[in-house]
Amino acid sequence: MTDYDVIVVGGGPAGSMAAEAAAKQGARTIMLEKDRDIGYPVRCGEGVGAFGLKKFIEPDPAWIATTISKVRMRSPDNTLIDFGMDDAGFILHRRLFDYALANQASQAGVEIQTRAYVDGLIIEDDCVRGVKYQYMGEHKQLTAKLVIAADGVESRVGRMAGLRTATKLKDMDSGYQATVGNIDVDQEMIDFYVGSNWAPGGYLWIFPKGNGMANIGLGINGIYAKEHSAHDMLHGFLDKYFPKASVLTSVCGGIPIAKTLKKITSNGLMLTGDAARMVNPVTGGGIITGMVGGQIAGDVAGLAIQSGDYSEKAFDGYPKRWHKAEGKTHEAFYRIGEGIAQITDDQLNKIAHRLVKTPSENLSLLKIFTAVAREKPKILLDVTRAFAGI
Amino acid sequence: MILVKDNRCDFCGTCVAVCPVDAIELREADISIIHDTCIDCDICIWVCPIDVLSSDVKEEVEHD
Repeated sequence: MTDYDVIVVGGGPAGSMAAEAAAKQGARTIMLEKDRDIGYPVRCGEGVGAFGLKKFIEPDPAWIATTISKVRMRSPDNTLIDFGMDDAGFILHRRLFDYALANQASQAGVEIQTRAYVDGLIIEDDCVRGVKYQYMGEHKQLTAKLVIAADGVESRVGRMAGLRTATKLKDMDSGYQATVGNIDVDQEMIDFYVGSNWAPGGYLWIFPKGNGMANIGLGINGIYAKEHSAHDMLHGFLDKYFPKASVLTSVCGGIPIAKTLKKITSNGLMLTGDAARMVNPVTGGGIITGMVGGQIAGDVAGLAIQSGDYSEKAFDGYPKRWHKAEGKTHEAFYRIGEGIAQITDDQLNKIAHRLVKTPSENLSLLKIFTAVAREKPKILLDVTRAFAGI
Repeated sequence: MILVKDNRCDFCGTCVAVCPVDAIELREADISIIHDTCIDCDICIWVCPIDVLSSDVKEEVEHD
C-alpha cells in the first residue's frame, strides 16, 4: 500500500488542475508546494483569455484585477497599432487566483502540503514510486503509484527521473517585471512594445491591474541576455517613461519559449505546465495552457490508477491529448517565433507604418501576424495553422 | 568558477532551467552552485534577469 495514489509536485495552476483531475477520478492525491504560500511569489504577467479560463473555473471578481478589451502594439519607433479583441481578457491577481484553484482542488479531495521541498525521487525497478522531500528542515518521504511534476520553469523532478528538461538559451527569455502604482494607463488595454530598443528578441508589456496600478515587464531573449540585463532595461524604461511611478513589487523569472519537451512521461512520472514547457512560444503565456496540460495529466493519472498500470505506456494518452489540444498550435507558434526573431527593427517599423493606416476595427492579431508574414513569407503557413488551430 | 552574489538572488530558477549539467541547487530561499558538476559555460550568468551570478572572483562573496 502506497501513502498516496498520486503525488503532484508544485502548487501552481498546472499542479492544482492536475491534482483536482486525479482526485475526481478517485485517486488519493497530495500536492506538495515548496514555498510557504500557494500563489506567491507571482512570477507572471497575469494575463489570460476569458474563454480559456472559463473552461476551468468560474471567474470571480476577487481575483480578477481588470477586464481587457483592447490591445495596443508599438513598433521600435513607437508607432501605435490599436485594435480590439475577439475574446475578452483578464489580468488576474495570481496570488488569489492560485489560492482559488488550490482550494477547488482541495474541495475535490486533494491534500495540500506547503513548505515541502522535493529533493529526490524514490525509484524502484526503473519506475518513479514516490518523492523525498524536506519539510521544516526534516527529511521525509512519501510513496505513490505515480508522480506528476508541475514544478515550474526550474523543474528538477524531470531531470531526477532522467528526462531531458534543460532548455536551450535561445528558447528562454530572461524576464523582469515591476508592479507599479501611480501610473495613468488605460485600464481596459494591454500594451505591447516590440523591438530591440524595448526588449531585444522579446517584448515589453504593460498590463493594467486597476486603481492606477499596472504590471510592467519585459523578456529579453537568452541570446541577447549576455549583453542586456532585464532588470536594467526595465528600470531604464520606467525612469524614462514613468518617472513618477512607484514600484510596489518586482520579480524576475525565466519565460520558456520552447516547444513542449519531446518526452513528458516516463515510468511513474508525468511532467506538466512550465516544467514540460507548455508555454506559448510567441506570447510566453502559460497559465491556461498549463491548466490544460495539468488537467489532461491528472485525468490520465486517474485512469492509470483505475487500470493498475503506471508504466510510461499507460500514460500514452497524455502527450497525445496535449498535442491535439495545444501542442500542435505551440509548434506552429514556435516556427512563427523563429521567423519573427529574424525580423529587423526597420522591418517592424515598416510593418507598423503599413498597419497604422488600417482602421482599428478591421485589425486583429491574425491581421498583424499576416502583415508580419509579408516580410517573412515562410511563416505564413504556420500563421494559418496557429490561428485556424489545424 | 560561477559564484552567487551574496543576498541578491530572487530564486526564480531561470539559471536552473538552462543549466545543461544540472549544477544549480535551488530551494525556497537558497541557491548554490555544485562546483564539481559545473562546466563553467557561463550561460546562467547571461540569462539571470538581475545579474546575480558572476565568474568574477575578485569582488564577490560566495554564497552557499
